[in-house]
Amino acid sequence: MGKEFEDEAASPGDEPVSSCAEWWSVENQTPAGDTARDTDECLQVDGVQNADTFAEKMTEDEEQLLDELGMFGESRRKFLGHASAVGIGAVVLEILAEQRALAFERTGSVPAEAPLENAVTVSLKINGAQKTLEVDSRMVLLDALRERLGLTGSKKGCDHGQCGACTVIVDGRRVLSCLTLAAQCEGKDVTTIEGLAKGDSLHPMQTAFLKHDGFQCGYCTPGQICSAVALMQEAKDGEASYVTADVRQKAHSLSLSDEEIRERMSGNLCRCGAYPNIIDSIREVHTGKPTDELGSMGKEVKHAAV
Amino acid sequence: MQPFKFTKASDAGTAVQAVMTNSNAKFVAGGTNLIDLMKEGVETPSELVDISRLNLAQIRSTANGISIGALAKNTDTANHPLVRRDFPLLTQAILSGASAQIRNMATNGGNLMQRTRCTYFYDVSMACNRREPGAGCAALEGINRNHAIFGWNAACVDVHPSDMCVALAALDAAVNIQGQGGKTRAVPFADLYAAPDDMSAGKMLAGDTTLKQGELITSIDIPKNNFSDNSYYLKVRDRASFAFALVSVAAALDLGGGKIRQARIAMGGVAYKPWRATEAERFLTGKPATEENFAAAADIAMKDAKPLEHNKYKVELGKRAIAHALRKAANVKAA
Repeated sequence: MGKEFEDEAASPGDEPVSSCAEWWSVENQTPAGDTARDTDECLQVDGVQNADTFAEKMTEDEEQLLDELGMFGESRRKFLGHASAVGIGAVVLEILAEQRALAFERTGSVPAEAPLENAVTVSLKINGAQKTLEVDSRMVLLDALRERLGLTGSKKGCDHGQCGACTVIVDGRRVLSCLTLAAQCEGKDVTTIEGLAKGDSLHPMQTAFLKHDGFQCGYCTPGQICSAVALMQEAKDGEASYVTADVRQKAHSLSLSDEEIRERMSGNLCRCGAYPNIIDSIREVHTGKPTDELGSMGKEVKHAAV
Repeated sequence: MQPFKFTKASDAGTAVQAVMTNSNAKFVAGGTNLIDLMKEGVETPSELVDISRLNLAQIRSTANGISIGALAKNTDTANHPLVRRDFPLLTQAILSGASAQIRNMATNGGNLMQRTRCTYFYDVSMACNRREPGAGCAALEGINRNHAIFGWNAACVDVHPSDMCVALAALDAAVNIQGQGGKTRAVPFADLYAAPDDMSAGKMLAGDTTLKQGELITSIDIPKNNFSDNSYYLKVRDRASFAFALVSVAAALDLGGGKIRQARIAMGGVAYKPWRATEAERFLTGKPATEENFAAAADIAMKDAKPLEHNKYKVELGKRAIAHALRKAANVKAA
């Protein structure tokens, strides 16, 4: 395809905007950890070079796939740079899943895939909207949200209940969607990161994370925020933690120390180490008192300078 | 994950029947351990019977103490007013385990039935008698820093991962079990977990617990006690939170007239089940709650420890943890 590809790359104005947006949204869902970082680095450093060599090796089928996805010009180049790092098949499959999910969002009907061996029909409320799904008994809530409903805010980090990136709120409680069978969610009320804002108005916890820079790469952030939102209610309800001095003293509304916040947020890991700013974000929402925008790290720096 | 049939149980009786008639079926409630093990290929049930909606979540006071439903969530149990007031040791132990998200999902029955976190059990390419009876134990000569110092033999050197269970062992809990035909029985906590059989005697591990296939935990009873003013759960781990215990200690004292009327000491992270230090408890009975007596009790508790190659540190750590937990329980300041 060499020549044609180069011609299109030379005129970026022709590229379809919608597919480009979809591509970037898909790119942001790459799994956590080394893969995400490696692919990002690859895209930035070697992407263009790889795109050219990779483009030459593409089969006709693969070229046709990209045409069908509406990928031309610059978006195609970026895609190839990325795909060369992780394999074209995986990326295309993810885009197709996304498109299927978006189609489902619009029509409200479940797209038929391969017949399910152990199908379970589940009706549940997700971010206020009633949904009915037919799922494989093995499907966990996280995959139902991401792969079937197009709600890719909840992230798949470790997929084993150890990182908290998949945290969502079910019936008012923060839980791990990666260890929750979708089949067990009949009648449940699920809130994901996508359901926290009211229209264009962000949830106070989202605003606080933005203000205090409570993230770096952002991959753990939806889980952190869902977890923190549920924590605010737990504090109001006077729930104890392992660092609570006397669990026999039941308070109706707790004032959480930083130590308490850290203990109660220990199920949400952040590989970038944005913890000080995450604590600042949560403390601000919990106390209702705005704190220094620089956050605790900034404060430390200021103190050190004095 | 292998395909499985998913069925919802309408009552405890049908749930028991379903799992009893299919030797490859399992109950599922919170799923925090089972689903993980299924993703790893360690557990491969052909059927899951969902018991999460059964009416077994009540926590209520009884004539003899408290009854805690098997399907009450760990979070709700830890924060129940009766538990916080009368059994604060249980509250502390539960809250020291896992993360808020996991405690919100996990049930009490599931906490009791969770399986070892031995890395060789989790790795299906390694020898493990727990996973495959007769296969051997890779941990015995492997990296056994996190493994047992009490109650082990060549068949298995794993430790029970629960914190909640350490408090339940200290508090002399009993576990109520429903079996075939609605028959029920109560098992003292000390008898719930099966000791690893000695492989040299030609036996193999039958299972983690003394429960038979299909038997269902319905509730846990804890008798009244006089420990609520003087108890403490100490957990020592590699990081400050959300990690399994290297060593943990549930300590409870009944103090009166300047003496210890009764003492309870149970340890986590040291054996296939929560390990009661009954000899140390007897030593403390009738003695004043002093630093010296706590140190002596700790020595007694650890004297029969048999560490493996990489966990010799647990003997000294265990002594210090017991003494510290007793001090905290008695509100005695360290010297």
